[in-house]
Amino acid sequence: MWKENIKPALKEAKHSLHIIRQSPLTMIGIGIVLGFILIVIFAPSIAPYDPYEINPPGFLQPPNSQHFFGTDECGRDIFSRVVYGSRISLKAGFTITIIAILVGSTIGIVSAYAGGIVDDILMRIADIFLSFPWIVMAMAITAVLGRGITNAVIALSIVWWPIYARLIRSQALSIREMPYIEAIRALGAGKLRIIFIHVFPNCLAPVLVCASLDFGRTIMWCAALSFIGLGAQPPIPELGAMITIGSHYLRESWWYATFPGLMILIVVLGFNLLGDGLRDILDPNLRR
Amino acid sequence: MKIWQYILKKLIFLIAVLIGVTMLTFFLSHVIPGDPITLALGPMATQEQRISFHEKMGMDKPLIVQYGMYLNKILHKDLGVSIRTKGAVLEDLLTYFPATIELTIGAMIVCIFFGIYLGIISAVRKDQPIDHAGRIFSLIGVSIPIFWLGFMLLILFYGTFNILPGGGRISPFVDSPTPITRLYLLDSILTGNWVAFKDSLYHLILPTFTLGFCYIALISRMTRSSMLEVLHQNYIQTAKTKGLSEKAVIRYHALRNSLIPVVTMAGMLFGQLMSGTILTEITFSWPGIGLYAQQSIMYLDYNAIMGFVLVVAFIYATVNIATDILYVIIDPRIKLH
Repeated sequence: MWKENIKPALKEAKHSLHIIRQSPLTMIGIGIVLGFILIVIFAPSIAPYDPYEINPPGFLQPPNSQHFFGTDECGRDIFSRVVYGSRISLKAGFTITIIAILVGSTIGIVSAYAGGIVDDILMRIADIFLSFPWIVMAMAITAVLGRGITNAVIALSIVWWPIYARLIRSQALSIREMPYIEAIRALGAGKLRIIFIHVFPNCLAPVLVCASLDFGRTIMWCAALSFIGLGAQPPIPELGAMITIGSHYLRESWWYATFPGLMILIVVLGFNLLGDGLRDILDPNLRR
Repeated sequence: MKIWQYILKKLIFLIAVLIGVTMLTFFLSHVIPGDPITLALGPMATQEQRISFHEKMGMDKPLIVQYGMYLNKILHKDLGVSIRTKGAVLEDLLTYFPATIELTIGAMIVCIFFGIYLGIISAVRKDQPIDHAGRIFSLIGVSIPIFWLGFMLLILFYGTFNILPGGGRISPFVDSPTPITRLYLLDSILTGNWVAFKDSLYHLILPTFTLGFCYIALISRMTRSSMLEVLHQNYIQTAKTKGLSEKAVIRYHALRNSLIPVVTMAGMLFGQLMSGTILTEITFSWPGIGLYAQQSIMYLDYNAIMGFVLVVAFIYATVNIATDILYVIIDPRIKLH
C-alpha cells in the first residue's frame, strides 16, 4: 500500500536524476561540492601537518614532495593551511546562509501574511539594506563590531537576510492565491497550519537554488572581508587572509597567494554549477 | 499610471532610502565601542575640556535632536574630520574619488565591450563549441575572487613578463598631468601630455581588466538571452527572407532591440562595480576611495568610515533609481500598471 504512495515521488526523483545526468557541468559541480565537503570533514586525516605549527628554518619553500603547496613565511605547510582554511570558510559560509534563510524567511512570511503597514515597513527596511553595496555595509558593521571572523559572519548575515526575505515574500504572496490553498482553507485548515505545512514548503524551490549559489558566494565574500583585513586575523588560516599575506611575497613566492585563491575559485565554481543544475531541475518550464 | 507619476514615485522612494541610509550611519556611529570623547580629544583631555566638548557636540540632548544635528551637518556638506589625515572627510573623499571613477568607467568599457561581443557570438552560434566556451568563461568569471585574479595577473604580466606596471596610477618618475578633471587619461589628452597618457594607460590596463572580467559574464549572459529572444521574433525572419545577410540582420535589427535590457543593466553594473572596485584598489594600490576606506578601517577612523559609507550608498541608490527610470523611458513595450 505504501508503495503506491511513494511511486510518484520516486518517479520525480528518477526524472530529476535523469536531468542531472544529461548535464555534465552539473555533475562536475556536484562532484566538486562533495569532494570539498569530504576534505572539510576529514581535514585532520588529509592535512599532513598542523596548520599552526611553525618551522622557521623551512620558510617560503616552493612546492615540493614534502610540502605540496610550499610553506609560508613562518615555515607552516600551506597545503595543510588551505585544507583547514576550507573548513573555516565552509563553516562561515554555511552559517551565514542558514541564518540569512531563517531570518529572511520569517520576516518574508510575516510580511506576506501581515500585509498593510507591517509589510510596507519591513520591505522598506529590506530595501534600505539592499541599497548598499554589500561590501560597504559589511565594512561598516565590522568597523563597529571589531575584526574577527565571528563579526564578519554576523555582518554578512545582516547583509544577506533581505534577499531571502524578498524572495520568500513574493513566493508566499503568489502561492497564497493558488486554488489549492483556497481548497485547504475551505476544508477547515487553520491559518498556522496552512502557512507551515502548505505555503512555506512550496516557497522553498527558489530558496534552494539561491542557497546553493549563496553557499559559494558567502565563502567568497567572507574571504574578501578577510582579505581587506576585517575578517579572520592571523594566524588563523582563512583563505582570504592567506592571500593578503601572500601578496607581500608575490614576486618571490608565487605559491603563497596562488593556492588559497585557487581553492576559493574551485569551491565557488562547484556551488555555482550545483545551483545552476538545481535551477534546471526545479524550473517547471524545463520539465518533461 | 503615466511616466511622470512613476518617476515621481521613484524619486520619493530615493529620498526615503537616502534618509534611511543616514539613520543607519547615525545609528552605527553611536554604537562604536569606546568613549567618543576620548577618541576625539585624546586621553590627556582635562575634565573641563571634556565637559565643553560634551556640550558643544550636543551629547546631552535627546537622540532625535542629535540625529537632527547630524542630518543638518550632512546637508551642509560636513562629514566630520578624519583623525588619520587630519582633513575634512568630504575633502578627502573628493580627492580620492576621481581615481575610482576612472577605474570604474574603464572597467565598464572593458566589460560592456567584451560582454556584448561575447554575448552576440554566443547567441548567433548557439549550442556550438564557441557558445559552450563562452558559458564556461562566464562561469569562471562569476566564481573567481577578484583580488586573487588581480594578483595572478600581476604575477604573470608584472613578475614574469614585466610588460605591465605593478600597481599605482602612474609611475613615480612621471609627473601627473595638470589637474583639470583629475582623470589622468582625460587630463593628459587635454593637455597633450603623451608621456603621462601612455604611462597612465599602462597602469590602467590590469586593474580595469581585473575588475571588468568578473562582470563580463553578467553582460554576456544578458546579451545572449536577450539576443536569442529577439532572433526568434517574426521581423527577423522577414528580414532574412527579404534577402538581408546575417551580419546585416544582426547589425540593423537584432542588436538595437536586444540592447535595451543591456543598457539598463549597465546602470546596475555601475553599482556592482563599486563593490568590486574596493577590492581591486587594494590589490593594485590604486589611490581611490576604496583604498581610503580600507586605511580608515585599519586606523579605526570612524568619521572617515561613516562618511565613506554614506557617500557610496548615496551614489549606489541614485544610480539604481536612475536605472529604473531610464528603463521605463527607453523600453517602449513597458506598460505601467
